[in-house]
Amino acid sequence: MGDRFEYVDVRVDGDDGPIVEGFSARIPSQGLTVMVGPSGSGKTTLLRLLNRLDDPDAGAVLLDGADVRSYDVLALRRRVQYVSQVPVTFPGTVADNLGEGDHAALLQRVGLAPALTGREADRLSVGEAQRMCLARALALGPEVLVLDEPTSALDTESKAGVEALVASLAADGLTVVMVSHDPEQTARLADHVIEMRK
Amino acid sequence: MNDLSGAIGYKDVALAVALVAVGMVISRVRGLGLEKDMAVATIRSFVQLLAVGYVLEFVFDGHGVTSIAVLAVMVVTAALTAGRRARAVPGGAVIAGIALGAATAGTLGVLTVLGIVPVEARAVVPLGSMVLSNAMISAALVMTTLRDDLAGARREVEARLSLGQTAHQASLPWHRRALRSGMLPVVENTKVVGLVALPGAMTGMILAGAQPLEAIRLQLVVMYMLLGGNAFAAVLAGELTVRRLFTSDHQLIRDLRRKPA
Repeated sequence: MGDRFEYVDVRVDGDDGPIVEGFSARIPSQGLTVMVGPSGSGKTTLLRLLNRLDDPDAGAVLLDGADVRSYDVLALRRRVQYVSQVPVTFPGTVADNLGEGDHAALLQRVGLAPALTGREADRLSVGEAQRMCLARALALGPEVLVLDEPTSALDTESKAGVEALVASLAADGLTVVMVSHDPEQTARLADHVIEMRK
Repeated sequence: MNDLSGAIGYKDVALAVALVAVGMVISRVRGLGLEKDMAVATIRSFVQLLAVGYVLEFVFDGHGVTSIAVLAVMVVTAALTAGRRARAVPGGAVIAGIALGAATAGTLGVLTVLGIVPVEARAVVPLGSMVLSNAMISAALVMTTLRDDLAGARREVEARLSLGQTAHQASLPWHRRALRSGMLPVVENTKVVGLVALPGAMTGMILAGAQPLEAIRLQLVVMYMLLGGNAFAAVLAGELTVRRLFTSDHQLIRDLRRKPA
């Protein structure tokens, strides 16, 4: 089975020196890959390179064998959906947030009641908001889902639910890349592990 | 009719300094510590305006091209000032220079082409400076507001980018708000003009002996000119600022993502 992404000798500079340097790794196209490591090891920085919210200062990131910079960036971002650590809701209702598409089906897929479409997005609980952000990402029909610690803002119960959801999305054939600082979560979920050191 | 033009000599100006002295005494008595600033302001205003007076006398003496030079110097100075106020925007002075230059030239162009004002230094230089000084405040406000708001909302902006929106789409709500904040003061001023304050151009003409209605017609042209010039400068400044805050690949520039110091 092929690789979806490959980091090739990547360096990203921060304000005082490199945040990551000489980093190389592969992300297979099937299954759930977890990047695990202590905070400050550059996990988020590396995730942001996948949909080009940022570019490496040296080295390259390959998608299906070609430099991510060789794709149209807007099309790339639709293929590679990035969901941030803390859910970001836009003004308006859940329906406004989801945009086009079959809202009921999308909400069901992430385990939310279809009746929520009319709810103001800023009145969702954090767990619901995180699921809605996943639905919003899935609405674009991505091939890759990139998740930055999707459960860190959640309580234990919603955490288990989101973990199960993420696992099922990977099982459905999406490439899922996820960051975690929690070795137990990694052991529960990961098909592949990329370990980061500080 | 008794008017004030030509009636004020340097002796009268010197006497008016007595009013400044009153201000300084108040500052002293109430411990405001503004005496020195007031003295500096008094001296600076005297020197600056006197210098401008000599330049204007020279320009109005029929040296037509010089009025363009004078306006150019004013645009550059205004651009540097606006750029300094919006120093967090990379290339702020250049952005302000383009916005202010285009707004001033465009507004004066419309006024002269439509024959509303004559193509004379006496008309073009003072009107241009009015457009410029208002537009300078507007442009600086748009630039700083846009930069600060986008930096503050960078998570939401990046969430929008992540959904495949362009830099333009992703920054639209903040872009709009910045333009409003830059244009609103002039709009508000225009609404209450005559009720709260008698504006400068009109007051000046009346003091100089013009009929009030004559003065008011000029003032109306000035106000409408300021509304238009301001909008023009604000829109250009906003557009150019957005372009500098994102890369051509629709990424927020790294400087905006830095945690506030």
